Amino acid sequence: MKITHHISDELLFDYANGALEEGWSIAVATHLALCPSCRKRLATMEAAGGMALEAIEIEPANTSTEEFSWEAMRARIDNAAPAVPVPARPKHTAGRAASLPEPLRSYIGGDVDAVKWKPLGLGAYHYPIKTSDEDISVRLLRIPAGKPVPEHTHGGRELTLVLKGSFSDISGRFGPGDFEETDESVDHQPIADPGEDCICLAVTDAPLKFKSRIVRMIQPLLGI
Amino acid sequence: MISARGRVRKLEKTVKEPDKDELSACLLAVGAGKDIQAFEVLFRHFGPKIRAFMLKRGGNRQQAEELMQETMMMIWNKAALFDPARGSVSSWIFTVARNVRIDAFRKTNRPEFDPNDPAFVPDPEPAADDVYEAGQEAERLRGALVKLPPEQADLLRLSFYEEISHSAIAERMNLPLGTVKSRIRLAFSRLRDILGDAA
Repeated sequence: MKITHHISDELLFDYANGALEEGWSIAVATHLALCPSCRKRLATMEAAGGMALEAIEIEPANTSTEEFSWEAMRARIDNAAPAVPVPARPKHTAGRAASLPEPLRSYIGGDVDAVKWKPLGLGAYHYPIKTSDEDISVRLLRIPAGKPVPEHTHGGRELTLVLKGSFSDISGRFGPGDFEETDESVDHQPIADPGEDCICLAVTDAPLKFKSRIVRMIQPLLGI
Repeated sequence: MISARGRVRKLEKTVKEPDKDELSACLLAVGAGKDIQAFEVLFRHFGPKIRAFMLKRGGNRQQAEELMQETMMMIWNKAALFDPARGSVSSWIFTVARNVRIDAFRKTNRPEFDPNDPAFVPDPEPAADDVYEAGQEAERLRGALVKLPPEQADLLRLSFYEEISHSAIAERMNLPLGTVKSRIRLAFSRLRDILGDAA
């Protein structure tokens, strides 16, 4: 897998720092599973985090507080059930190679062939992925070879990770493992490359939800 | 830079602060044999820092104490996963503390890659030189961080201490989002240059 489009420093830093919501983090972590060079950049950021932790100046220690805290810790260790041994790192299971990496595969509940696609029209399909955060939409998209990505209006940030096939837009060609970050300032129209359907993970700010059925019906017309 | 007061305080300390090699040895001892004395050294060194770190990221003293205890418990249980060739003790402990906080506040696990997953693309085999360099890297990074321009260093510090995203930082510091992004990029590209990693 030759990856040419990577995660930006800003986004990776938010992930390294624990400041990125679950939906965006699924795309970032799944790219990291495929990309040793982004993992190396992540390690540098976490090392900087470690130094920030190390650099915290502690007020002159209140000895009795510290003793009390240590006693509480000891009691907790003594009362803890015998530690479950950390499972020995299992070797990669040879044979059946999975095509969806973790953490994405667990969110789907299986591999690509297990996906229960829902039609979007014009030969495209999607599969919404549930997360704890309703403000962020996470889904798989399957775009037929040579066709554009449908219903492509979004406000805010959009992350796309290619899993299979490829697409092209003004930023270039995106193949398996490639990661695209865009926002509302970018007017792009991705088109799946000919030859193979393109499957990607798409994360966007969720479209505004309106309670009224009538507003929901005209929402696409208003472009909101 | 050590102030005169800092020096005096250091002299007054009866217990010598463990250095990073000792801390690394302690964490390995906890991992290998559940060594409670080694754990106490880690607890007394990192406990107050983790508590202060949790407090900076929001919440009251009692919550900060609970999250610190939870972090230390996690360190006790998972120390065997620490690999000194992959990073420093403080870096590893930072990631544990960060994840404990996410689990507590977001009520979800942090989405993470799994190195044992068959679809995981492993690192290329490190050259012998790289293994030797892993130990030096922390030192060089420390030197590099000190040399960052103040506006970049402040931004990183504020982000780490308050766990806020780059867009929230932009609002807080009343800076255009583009400026915050470019400072983050400049800071990390500089750190990577110094670490000799052009990735």
